[in-house]
Amino acid sequence: MRALTWHGRHDVRMETVPDPEIVNPRDAILKITSTAICGSDLHLYDGYIPTMRSGDILGHEFMGEVVETGAKSTLKKGQRVVVPFTISCGNCFFCQKTQFSCCDNANPAETSDASETLMGHPMGAAFGYAHLTGGYAGGQAEYVRVPFSDVGPIVIPDGLEDDKVLFLSDILPTGWMAAENAEIEEGDTVAVWGCGPVGLFAIQSAFAMGAYRVIAIDHYPSRLKLAKQMGADILDYREVEVLEALKEMTGGMGPDAVIDCVGMESHGMSIDNVVDTIKAHAYLATERPHALRQAIIACRKGGRVSIPGVYGGFADKFPLGQVMEKGLTVKTGQTHMQRYLRPLLEMIGEGKLDTTFLISHREPLERAAELYRHWHDEQDTYTKIVLKPEMAKPRTQAAQPAMATA
Amino acid sequence: MANQTHDDQREAVEEEVVRNNQEEVERAHKKGPGDDRKRTRRAARADMGGGRSGGSGKALVGLGLAAATAGAAYYFTTKKSGESRGNGKRQSNNSYQGPTISDAPDHVLRGRAKENSRNNQEGRALVGRTVTIDKPKQELYAVWRDFTGFPRFMDNVREITKVDDVRSQWTIEAPAGATVKVITRIVEDVPGETIAWVSEPDSQIETDGRVEFADAPPGRGTYVRLLIRYKPPAGTLGQMVAKLMQREPQVQARRDLRRFKQLMETGEIPVNASPSGRKSESPTEARV
Repeated sequence: MRALTWHGRHDVRMETVPDPEIVNPRDAILKITSTAICGSDLHLYDGYIPTMRSGDILGHEFMGEVVETGAKSTLKKGQRVVVPFTISCGNCFFCQKTQFSCCDNANPAETSDASETLMGHPMGAAFGYAHLTGGYAGGQAEYVRVPFSDVGPIVIPDGLEDDKVLFLSDILPTGWMAAENAEIEEGDTVAVWGCGPVGLFAIQSAFAMGAYRVIAIDHYPSRLKLAKQMGADILDYREVEVLEALKEMTGGMGPDAVIDCVGMESHGMSIDNVVDTIKAHAYLATERPHALRQAIIACRKGGRVSIPGVYGGFADKFPLGQVMEKGLTVKTGQTHMQRYLRPLLEMIGEGKLDTTFLISHREPLERAAELYRHWHDEQDTYTKIVLKPEMAKPRTQAAQPAMATA
Repeated sequence: MANQTHDDQREAVEEEVVRNNQEEVERAHKKGPGDDRKRTRRAARADMGGGRSGGSGKALVGLGLAAATAGAAYYFTTKKSGESRGNGKRQSNNSYQGPTISDAPDHVLRGRAKENSRNNQEGRALVGRTVTIDKPKQELYAVWRDFTGFPRFMDNVREITKVDDVRSQWTIEAPAGATVKVITRIVEDVPGETIAWVSEPDSQIETDGRVEFADAPPGRGTYVRLLIRYKPPAGTLGQMVAKLMQREPQVQARRDLRRFKQLMETGEIPVNASPSGRKSESPTEARV
């Protein structure tokens, strides 16, 4: 089959690799119909995540048709399913507590050692995301093996097209849990750093949970426009003193909750971020947590800090004193996907959530390597890329993003 | 002690066991009933087969065997003579008086506390690991009692064949593609709680170990603890080589227990076998 493989920093390639096979009784094999490139794929692309191996197949946002099932899979051939990016066994202590991304069993014994050393406990498992999280092949491919297929995948009713449900695989539940972790109360103002796909869905979710006002912070005009379209007030940090703006816009209080949808590779030219960037390139630090620092400083006293953004290790100059002295609550974690799939699917079906507004490009899988470059270099125009293995020949011209013409 | 003969050592050890037992009983009497239960249970658990007299009396089985079989006694109860865990009057120029207050198992002790621990043995490494498995202990015990099933979740155990009711022959993969054969004999078997084994004298590795099953807090399943003591085949250097080859017992114990947990909880052992751009790999074989 054809698949997108990782070979090093800024080096991904479309290659022909062997087809996946059923290995364990609870496995299923999917024929991919749609797959997306995620913001966190850029952390791999930029070489920020350790334990990648040359040849690994990327992709953790995908859906497809069941073509083969193991003896204990509950799926049936021909079903259309969306697969959550985390792999969970459904049996362990954590899965039973619905902390699915903390699953104790899905990460194989051999690949658990590294994260146990680094984090204190072995991490859960995910598709296409380094060997720290299991080293399972991802779904930016024609086929994929899905372990524990009786627990993860959700069957999609025929009426709903791929584009509407594909993001159940990661970013929609992640945005939802980000807002849930912000513990939004009536009258709350919520500030969201980063208007990428997770940030946009967090804005939508925050409103759905009753936020009075959402203030979105980014610097890409088209992403800020999408945030505006979702009903948020927007701040371009290149033209605004963000901390002062947030304070002034909230009557001096500061936002009740802050959400960091940026993660470890913060942009911007502030002093702390420049220093972080230099350190990261010299392997002296793993994070560039500028946005998170700012979010914590901005948050009102007694407020909530939600961190859906991905971090990988030790952050320098984390404002711990500010968290303590202001009495902030910090909530974070990889998304407990299976918790949210069914309710969100229902909301999509009822038309309560719009999941397609952020797709800027629909492209053949075969073009994946070059699209990674665009996704990395042109974040203003490329707000979300969906890849379709079945799509005919590569197009010569990229589709115009809907928002750019609006 | 390096200059001590085995006989001296053994004698000292046996004295030690008796004295420790007396101390344990005395201590238990001094404390309240709750403390007593905890203390004796812990003592019985922590000792690799040379059990203490305790409330349950089960651990006496181990002690009896230790007395009966000189070899086994050596494995089980060796401790440096002149030093006793918890006697409070250790001769030492170091003011540290541990580990009398730590409620931790011996394999996580360090420094002097480790040297003085019950399970410490000159020239032998002690490794251990505990996992929580969400199954009743009887069920876990039953699976573990059938040694021949180990190769399913023990990565470096190629084959185990039953010799008789208490003895099994293990074929173990060693560093650099070699294999070693070990015959183990079960020396303690408490259904639902403990299985302890030692290697027979003609084995290629000197080792002994035990697995213990204890109820986790209510609703949380079972704590399963694996303790292995072994003499590294080529001393410290061998241990380093084994570590490099990921064949070190500590690593193996960790992974084997994890696989055991995975198998018991999910019914299968997760593997990341999947396609990749690496030509040398099969999509059906696990990769590290």
